[in-house]
Amino acid sequence: MAVAAEVRVEQVAREDLVMFVNACFSCTGQREFYGDARGQSVSIEFLHQYILGNYRRLYRRTLAAGINHFNQAQIILNLLAIGSPVDVEERREEGALIAAALRRLPPPRAYRVLESLRSRRINNRRARAIIREYLAGRADLAFDAVKYRAKLRSTVVHGHLKLEGELGPFLFHGWKKRVYTQPLLETFRRAHFAQEALYELPYTVAEGLAQKHGVPRDVFLQRIEPRLTQAERLRLQESAARDGAEVPAVDLSRAPLTKLCLYVLALKDPVRLERREELHTALERASARVLARAPASLGRVAAVLDNSYSSSGSIQKRRRPLGVALATHYLLGTAAREYHAFWTSPVDDPLRVVARGQSDLATPLLEALEWGPDLVVIVSDGYDNDPPRAVAELTRVFRERLDPGRRTALVHVNPVFDADEYAPRSLGEAVATVGVRDAEDVPTVLGFARFAEGTASLSELERYLAARVASWLEHEPRQGESTREEEAS
Amino acid sequence: MSRARLIQRLELQGLRLAPSQVWGQVRLVPVLRDEVRGDLRFAQRNYGDALSEVTLRKELGAPGLKYISYIPHGLVMTWGNRQAEAVYGTRLQSQDHKKVEAGPVSVRLLHRMVHREDRNQLRMLPLHLAMEGFLTRYFGGPDIAWSEYSKDGLSRGLNPRSEASIPGWASFALDGALRTFELHERQVGLLLFNADELLSAFIVAHPYDYRCLHRTLLEDFYGDLLLQYGYLQVAGDIGLRLDASQVASVADLRAQVARMREDWGAFHGLLSGGLFGVEVTARKVYEAGPFLLQHFHTSLVPSEENHMGEAITGPDGTLEYLKTYRLSAAQTRRAYLLQQLANSQWNLDDTATALGSTRSDLVVRLANAGFGYLLKGHVLEEAQRSHARGR
Repeated sequence: MAVAAEVRVEQVAREDLVMFVNACFSCTGQREFYGDARGQSVSIEFLHQYILGNYRRLYRRTLAAGINHFNQAQIILNLLAIGSPVDVEERREEGALIAAALRRLPPPRAYRVLESLRSRRINNRRARAIIREYLAGRADLAFDAVKYRAKLRSTVVHGHLKLEGELGPFLFHGWKKRVYTQPLLETFRRAHFAQEALYELPYTVAEGLAQKHGVPRDVFLQRIEPRLTQAERLRLQESAARDGAEVPAVDLSRAPLTKLCLYVLALKDPVRLERREELHTALERASARVLARAPASLGRVAAVLDNSYSSSGSIQKRRRPLGVALATHYLLGTAAREYHAFWTSPVDDPLRVVARGQSDLATPLLEALEWGPDLVVIVSDGYDNDPPRAVAELTRVFRERLDPGRRTALVHVNPVFDADEYAPRSLGEAVATVGVRDAEDVPTVLGFARFAEGTASLSELERYLAARVASWLEHEPRQGESTREEEAS
Repeated sequence: MSRARLIQRLELQGLRLAPSQVWGQVRLVPVLRDEVRGDLRFAQRNYGDALSEVTLRKELGAPGLKYISYIPHGLVMTWGNRQAEAVYGTRLQSQDHKKVEAGPVSVRLLHRMVHREDRNQLRMLPLHLAMEGFLTRYFGGPDIAWSEYSKDGLSRGLNPRSEASIPGWASFALDGALRTFELHERQVGLLLFNADELLSAFIVAHPYDYRCLHRTLLEDFYGDLLLQYGYLQVAGDIGLRLDASQVASVADLRAQVARMREDWGAFHGLLSGGLFGVEVTARKVYEAGPFLLQHFHTSLVPSEENHMGEAITGPDGTLEYLKTYRLSAAQTRRAYLLQQLANSQWNLDDTATALGSTRSDLVVRLANAGFGYLLKGHVLEEAQRSHARGR
């Protein structure tokens, strides 16, 4: 009896954790095609509290599992809120993990975490130490003071910190102080009185001041152009064209893969056709870069890619499921020895794909299985409606009758979090479902898929996480690599 | 000739039902058309007014019979040769209406339910056309001056006759269902179920038109059942399974999936058996080239599912356009009573005999259905007294 109970306890723990890590890959608390933002955030908050309450050690180790930034920020906040553990060793590991995770977050998100400490009234000794350490590690605090002024100020106030030199007066008096010796701070002060100084500031800071000076949008965009970051350039393509300004040139060879796919999908069809070669090369290079960082070599791979209407995403995550599908297409194409893609509504050229039609996953999956691959990757939001539950049945019978030896691996990669089920929606028992936010995560989640499948044990999962923690803490990111994406929300 | 082309019973000939998509308690069944003729097109025309008044006979604005309702949009139907597609959307929109301001609201005056605007262009008010046909049936009241009927009833009939219905946007679930619905490539229509009760069917001739008109379903009106079952959680899952014992290769799997798809179609056919395959009473409204516009209703027997609607059939009898409304139980009862009265020349005793009940019961039924104003006061009181005694 006792043994059976223990097995059951272990099974529950494993299922809980797999569910949680899966959710941490896909959920961002934003609106999805089928679910609203409120439901998403309620659901993910509950999941965080539940895992933190029951499995604290594994909860913090999830930080190293490659989960998305939204959930990393949540974990950091929740850990800081609960206070440090009693055990010395545990305390040391948790502190190191929090500090490392915070350092790796993109600066806007990291500062938002620090700012949330104040609104959530978290002010214990460890939280203050973390704040101190993070600010000490910033390369150019004066730049941060200009760009994230409000957030930095509330952090400094909240952590009872004293900043050196002119930074203190700058945060609290700003442009009302007479003069600064620090050039950037001085520029910020002058920009409140002289238009010329605007164009030496970061774009996001200058944008508001330009409004104040009444600078026409097209003039402003044209002159600030040299100051734009890569992400800002990509983001401004549409609106600059709309405002009649010259569209800032993007260096496509440096953009991250999923971002690039979303950019391509936002282009009009004739433009995509015209720039086909250029976009295609950029996408191939981007996926090669991803694979250089996280190598994965795969054999004969078939991808079933969902381009039904629901892959158009929501107002907050516009075309993201389709973008992930397209990015996965390029990624697998580069990583696999042999590769074939099957779209739900067939496309001649993947670069010109649009979200349209019903979710008929069964037909492309049948074609994929006929092709005889080693691995089938299904990228879909998990809603298959033509006919409903066809994939679940199809894969069940396939495993039972045609492939009992599991020669063909089936993995379902889901970019959408289903708030009602606390997990990305699955396609039945026979397929392992893993969540992703970016296609860049695909190599990671393919490794994680064996846990989602339910064949690996809890101790294996614990070992997997521990190994990731060790390698994660060892390899500190180089300067600038952490800015994988700056999310706008 | 056109008499023969009136619909006897609705058939889904040439149309296919695809597996449904479910959102909460709303089940939407796509209707697909494999062979598209392309010579009958529909477009939407928006009316943004609080109220519309449709002159049914005579000239616009003339005194006489009027149909008054909130009408959010009309349909413009264009037919003709295959070039209709090329000129589609390039026509100048004619001004088929007049507006009057009535205090804070604007009222649109429309001329007739179906208005010919060009040699091969027709403007119609979808669903209102059928509703108007339904309301005006037996509208005139008694045509023999039986002594039981009140003075008003004899001189003005059932004027004004009104029915209430529920707009689509009253249901949160319907909004969600239409938003998240994934259109098929060849889709020309939709069957709308609420808690697996057929509420409405909408079919047009061309997939492109359907794509444009999909969201107008939210502005249409529906029977009580839309709200009545509004608090149910989900429509049931029929849980079709593949038969593993039949599978020895991927080709077998494919065959099994095809069979599953067919089973879904059969299941939906079964669900919509109250509309398709039952006998209907149809009346011609307009003959537009080779197309015949008609409205119809089913048997009106209170114990059965009843629908009314309008349809367009092509020269070979295929269904080119369909829009239906599910009558609520009360509406069916009212219509049934009026139908029975008209069949017996509005003689109360004869009608009671035909219905197998007594005269006083019939009078009470009439009063309960809201037609008490047709009868003289003392007839009504007497019937209510004897009805109460009988209890």
